[in-house]
Amino acid sequence: MASEYTPRELMVSAAAAEIEDGDTAFVGMRLPLIAFQVAVSTHAPNSMAVYESGVVRDSPADGFIHTMCDLPNLNRAVSTTGMIDIMSRLQRGDVDVGFLGGAEIDRYGNLNTTWVRAGDDEIRLPGSGGACDIACMADRTVLLMPHEPRRFAEEVNYVTSPGYANDGSGRENHPAPGGGPSALVTSKATFGFDDSGEMYLRSVHPGVEPSDVLADFPWEMNTAEDIVDDEVTTTPEPTDEELALTRTFDPDGFWT
Amino acid sequence: MTDQTATTVGEAVSRIEPGSSIATGLALEHAIPFAAGHELLRQGIDDLTLIGPISDLLFDQLVGGGAVSRIRAAWVGNVSAGTGYRFREAVESGEIGIGDHSNFSIALALQAGAMGVPYLPTRSLLGSDVFERSELFREATDPFSGERIALVPAIEPDWAIVHAQRASPAGDVHLWGNTGIVDPAVGAAENVLVTAEEVVDPEVITSDPSRVAITREQVTAVVECPFGAHPSPLAGHYNRDNEYYLEYHRRTKTQAAFDEWADEWVYGVSNRNEYAERVDADLSIAESTVAAEVRYGQ
Repeated sequence: MASEYTPRELMVSAAAAEIEDGDTAFVGMRLPLIAFQVAVSTHAPNSMAVYESGVVRDSPADGFIHTMCDLPNLNRAVSTTGMIDIMSRLQRGDVDVGFLGGAEIDRYGNLNTTWVRAGDDEIRLPGSGGACDIACMADRTVLLMPHEPRRFAEEVNYVTSPGYANDGSGRENHPAPGGGPSALVTSKATFGFDDSGEMYLRSVHPGVEPSDVLADFPWEMNTAEDIVDDEVTTTPEPTDEELALTRTFDPDGFWT
Repeated sequence: MTDQTATTVGEAVSRIEPGSSIATGLALEHAIPFAAGHELLRQGIDDLTLIGPISDLLFDQLVGGGAVSRIRAAWVGNVSAGTGYRFREAVESGEIGIGDHSNFSIALALQAGAMGVPYLPTRSLLGSDVFERSELFREATDPFSGERIALVPAIEPDWAIVHAQRASPAGDVHLWGNTGIVDPAVGAAENVLVTAEEVVDPEVITSDPSRVAITREQVTAVVECPFGAHPSPLAGHYNRDNEYYLEYHRRTKTQAAFDEWADEWVYGVSNRNEYAERVDADLSIAESTVAAEVRYGQ
């Protein structure tokens, strides 16, 4: 039986589980900073992280990091290089998994971090950063978002980071070489994407009902039952080891 | 050997004309030249075009101070807290022009400038609104494979401003830690201003030539400026001042509130030493990492 944990601590464990041993992971801001450190400390000791600033790491940072450029993330790194080098690895197809956040998502995993609508107003957000590049070129992407219905849109207001085409062709006709989203992790559930690129409910976090999750989306969402003839499972709780590690890497709970 | 040393940050920054395009914040959240940025505001050098990847707070501050007409960047905000309120308001009201990039496209634009070619191709961008809603890029067919590809045109900024650990008076610069897009931006820029924690004897630089990131012929001015990257971190010197980022977020939601903040942190400060005395945070590095000895030999 796992200890008490916050929804974001569970998201860290769920995101870490998406990193396979030996993967090169493109790590961005916030929760993925913690998730990579948990993964490399547990089931994926041979994974490597690349950060767009130029940092390359194969081990957890020795101290809390607010950003990829905090000194504990530079200290004892494998390499501190530049962005052309890191993005070129991505463009060559050398990145297995990239992490992305977003303000808004549609059923095909298209993400918006640039312009959102609120009534008649358009609100300007910070923009792409490396997200568009990761979405276009990583072999697969894992998306992380707080579970808030206003973030789930029939059509996003601006495609900052492309997911799948909305005509059921997945990535077939897409010029970018990346494979597209493989999972969405929210604070209530995890989702997969079917062959046509459409999102489906894969698991609910402990204590959450599938019907509650499905009601939060403006479209009729499929579940694992429809797509892979499997039940909607319960997302594994963080193990005691994962929780202890998460709290070591984020001791004041700044991100979690 | 020409001495490129400027006497003060103020003197170095005064060489930048209003209306210039400036690439800065190039090592992402590391080594951001805040001291030089604040000096731009104090001198009222305006109508600037800012160019950068993840610019963090510096662009927001320059927008809040009325120095900016246009921004070409991949991300503008506050990495600790998300929104940069001055940027957001200025874009929403149309007060500043915006050319949205991805991190790779801004890197490639400067790399093309540095290489002296008109554009570089990429497999990124296509299928995104960063591409579709922009006039900046073009789609093309790769003449060799026939594949669809995006073309990113070169940017040649008037200035690149870089903060680094140390430099010689001639302008040869040691910069370590991640470098983001410092290399392409320095190569592409017409002029380069380097603020350095220390100006050192040339022998210090030539003792480790593999650590030289910028050489003198690229540098217009170099000036000693301890603590010049605060609140961002600088490898080997000081950590990130996260509380400053959070306080900035709390205090700059309106223009009036920003003006009050800027009176305290920018306009009411005459130089970097005075600024440093106002910072009430322990940012000292816990572990003084010393690299193994480097031998070049002969």
